[in-house]
Amino acid sequence: MIVAEQKPIKEILEMVKDYNKILVLGCKGCVTVCNVGGSKEAAILASTLKIAARKTNKKIEVEEHTLERQCDPEYVDEVKDMIDDYDAIISIACGVGPQFLSERYPSARIFPGVNTKFMGGAVEHGMWSERCAGCGTCVVHHFGGLCPIARCSKSLLNGPCGGSSDGKCEISQDVDCIWDIIVRKMTELGRLEELLEFMPPKSWITARDGGPRRLIREELVI
Amino acid sequence: MSDNFKPKIVAFYCSNCASSAANVADGMDKALPDNVKMVQVPCTGRIEILHLLKPFEEGADGVYVAGCQEDSCQYVTGITKAAKRVAYVKNTLEQLDIEPERINIYNLSAGKGQAFVDVALEMNDRVRELGPVLSE
Ligand code: SF4
Ligand code: SF4
Repeated sequence: MIVAEQKPIKEILEMVKDYNKILVLGCKGCVTVCNVGGSKEAAILASTLKIAARKTNKKIEVEEHTLERQCDPEYVDEVKDMIDDYDAIISIACGVGPQFLSERYPSARIFPGVNTKFMGGAVEHGMWSERCAGCGTCVVHHFGGLCPIARCSKSLLNGPCGGSSDGKCEISQDVDCIWDIIVRKMTELGRLEELLEFMPPKSWITARDGGPRRLIREELVI
Repeated sequence: MSDNFKPKIVAFYCSNCASSAANVADGMDKALPDNVKMVQVPCTGRIEILHLLKPFEEGADGVYVAGCQEDSCQYVTGITKAAKRVAYVKNTLEQLDIEPERINIYNLSAGKGQAFVDVALEMNDRVRELGPVLSE
């Protein structure tokens, strides 16, 4: 899933300080699963904005609504009859949401309510961890199913580096060295030899370095 | 704060320890302040962040949760979850420049009726001192 976290309330308040009719727009996709942008969180943010207004004696109206997804035009269309009723929309979807909304409703004032962090998963309840950097050419099968691009601080394909120490990455004691994990796993599996094979430099054309990406699947295009 | 300020306080209490304490308090004829609105929940673990925010949105000056001791929660982790949510709301209030002391959580033991009344009185005093949420 795409993992995001809520922006600091002060930042959100600053963004919408000149607006009195606000719509908090949630998304039932990834951000619902990572508990930051679903209907529950839309209600929490709406309530928080109302408390802020109470504190500052400001009259505002805040409503909340949650779309199936904000990354599909058909769902973004759903709010077409509501959007003009608001001076400001706070999208709490990942960064795709505010953009799809801004493209569909060019004159609406759309603000991002969350900071989009990474592609990953829940490793524990309330704890998420990065797993994929969207490099466009997946190679995890060479590394025991673990991604050194997203999970090694230097994205090394021939690791570990000299900074690996006691299973931790040199950047921080809080960061596991994925190469330590890869080597241990491959050793346990009796496949360590596979790691001796030199991995040539990866082409980053399919990653962000190749510029903004898009995908066309002719068989789906109508 | 002016002497006649009567804060609006909402209290959530669980149907186990805190409720038993409430019954004892009742039996002892210990009166709660009439400005404390009591909301009984099956377990404090059921209290969501939104439940704690809503009273502030709708005019409350203080909110508190009365639940079990951490090691005697009927549902094991209910009170621990509630404590984390209260901490979250304290942080939210702080970001809104509202005193985080306006929300609190208390661990009560079954049967301690006096304590049940005492926390209500303590919150009442505390919020009276802080005054209304609105900044003048
Ligand atoms: S190799 Fe590329 S596509 Fe595969 S998990 Fe890593 S970053 Fe993602
Ligand atoms: S210590 Fe490990 S994770 Fe960190 S940069 Fe070196 S190989 Fe990568």
